[in-house]
Amino acid sequence: MANFVTRTRGRNRLHWTDWVSYAYLVVGLFVMFGPVLWLVMSSFKTESALSQFPPSFLPYSQKEVVVAGFDKPLPLFLAKDESGQTRTLAQVRRIGIMATMVDPAAPETEIRVNINDRKPLNELKFASGNYTELFGKFAFGSYLWNSVFITVVATILTLLFNSMAAFALSKYQFTGQKTVFVLIIATLMIPPTIILVPAFLVISELNLLNNLWGVILPAVATPTGVFLLRQYMLTIPDELLEAARMDNASEWRIYWKIILPLAAPAMAVLAIFSFMWRWNDFLWPLIVLSKSENFTLQLALNAFQGELNTQWHYLLAMTVITLIPITLVFTFLQKYITTGIASAGVK
Amino acid sequence: MSVFLRLLGLFFNLFEPVFRLGQKWLGASRIGWLFVGPNLLVISIFTFLPIVINLVYAVTGGVNLLPTQRPFTGVENFAILLECRDYSDLQSCRTDIFWRSIFNTIQFSAIQVVLMLFFSLVTALVLNRKIIGRGFWRGVFFYPVLLSPVVVALIWKWLLQSQGVFNAGLVALGSTPMDWLLDRHWAFFWVVVVSIWAHMGFYTLILLAGLQAIPKDVYEAAEMDAAPPFRVLRRITLPLLMPNLIVVLVLVMIRAVQSFDEVFVLTGGGPGSATTFIVQYIYQTGFAEQIHLYGLAAAASLILAVGLMALTLAQLRLSKASDAGKTKK
Repeated sequence: MANFVTRTRGRNRLHWTDWVSYAYLVVGLFVMFGPVLWLVMSSFKTESALSQFPPSFLPYSQKEVVVAGFDKPLPLFLAKDESGQTRTLAQVRRIGIMATMVDPAAPETEIRVNINDRKPLNELKFASGNYTELFGKFAFGSYLWNSVFITVVATILTLLFNSMAAFALSKYQFTGQKTVFVLIIATLMIPPTIILVPAFLVISELNLLNNLWGVILPAVATPTGVFLLRQYMLTIPDELLEAARMDNASEWRIYWKIILPLAAPAMAVLAIFSFMWRWNDFLWPLIVLSKSENFTLQLALNAFQGELNTQWHYLLAMTVITLIPITLVFTFLQKYITTGIASAGVK
Repeated sequence: MSVFLRLLGLFFNLFEPVFRLGQKWLGASRIGWLFVGPNLLVISIFTFLPIVINLVYAVTGGVNLLPTQRPFTGVENFAILLECRDYSDLQSCRTDIFWRSIFNTIQFSAIQVVLMLFFSLVTALVLNRKIIGRGFWRGVFFYPVLLSPVVVALIWKWLLQSQGVFNAGLVALGSTPMDWLLDRHWAFFWVVVVSIWAHMGFYTLILLAGLQAIPKDVYEAAEMDAAPPFRVLRRITLPLLMPNLIVVLVLVMIRAVQSFDEVFVLTGGGPGSATTFIVQYIYQTGFAEQIHLYGLAAAASLILAVGLMALTLAQLRLSKASDAGKTKK
């Protein structure tokens, strides 16, 4: 094992460049994952723990105890009483610099303690309430549903439309075929940001404002998808199609019984991309969906960070939920994503 | 799963009669139109048609969304955006926020391109070495690329807020906490940092692919000559990587010019207009302000389109030049 770790390029000891490389990687790990990890840990903190400064990495929160005679659970402190003894006391109230405390075991006698003489008693506690309360307090369920609906439907339609177009462009010779291909690829050069206003007009004329379909439809014909699938389908031998035609199969049947299954690897890559694009979409939904009941998770997050500045505990939990699907997809399909991007240069 | 597939099969069968009919009608070769049809229709409606309408918007005024009900104003929109009494003084421009957004965008792109190239190159060089757990490290640097801009912005907003971890660091070092995003210089700084954090992995990947395509024997020859690592980098790696570096350079530029989401969520374009970029200007003029000035927004998008076109042409020129350079050797 030690041999394996210290293995280098042919020589037996680590060259200084190796040390520098590993140092860089460790710093990189910290810089790239640190912020995300910090966010995830913070999302488990209670509201009061979030406002503590300096912040702690782990979600500590103050211990509380139910004392007979008091309605609410009281926060626990380690405090010095008049005799100078350190005891675990529960705080009843605080006026100025003096806190009124009681011993949870004997709640009848009140003890007055200077607030400088007490220290909060903390425990490690993951506040799952941030997550569970989301569903009751906001229309969080519908944001989630909107996001899932848009992502799933748009991805299915993208796969269908793009594979049909790619099939036509790779397996048929028809007049105008080249023009069509060039036109589709040319749209790569036109970023959606440039046609924002007229695209908005089209959507509003089609009565699709504040409609999830207004987000889905413009997205289902992606030039990248057509290009990716076409390149793949060009490698499928034409003889297969000829054989099927001999058996009197219709062109449609050839498409979905022969071409689609054979193009499955490329379809999978496009499916992953489409999933990421639609799940992460922001500007277009922001323009099309203005009523809050139609918001996607991304829009809800954006709206909340403006409005609920004080409600970071919900905002953080919602952010974590939004990043989970992408993280899962990435964890399981890392290899396909990185090789797909490296070879096609898409994102 | 099999039930799903069977349902899918039934659904697909529904199209069969349509295509049989089309086949009879169009003939065996022209049936391609039927397959490319849906895609073409969507692109026509949502891309080609808007391009045409955008031109109409740019030369008409008023606040009406319907192009037929907008008065023709000629180049008025462009004049509103671009006219200044004194071009050395932004304050004298009719729309100084537009100019500001352009300058911000240019400044942002220029700074970002240099830093992005540097960091993604260094990372790619490190990842290209014989290191343990290469796949894992590659994943580490790539992961933020997949996060949505809103999530990225919120992660950093949380780190940078007044009670955040950066301020805790400052206090621990004996300094006072800062309002990072309320100071115009710091806000700009963090916008650059966040954007590099979020996208570096993508460009690293492109450079890594380029590095792995460099033939090994060139390096073996260098080792025979006992060339020091730095000279190997300067004389072998960088020249051979040039095509990829150019691709990255242009992609970073094109993306930087179009920056919107992260910045919008992180700073809202502020403080003041310190981080307002051109796309945000278009969004605000066309959609966010009380009065929707579609004509101005369309004119601004045309100006943006010209800028992007220039970048794309520059890429074609540069990559042709570097290809020519390669064949000469």
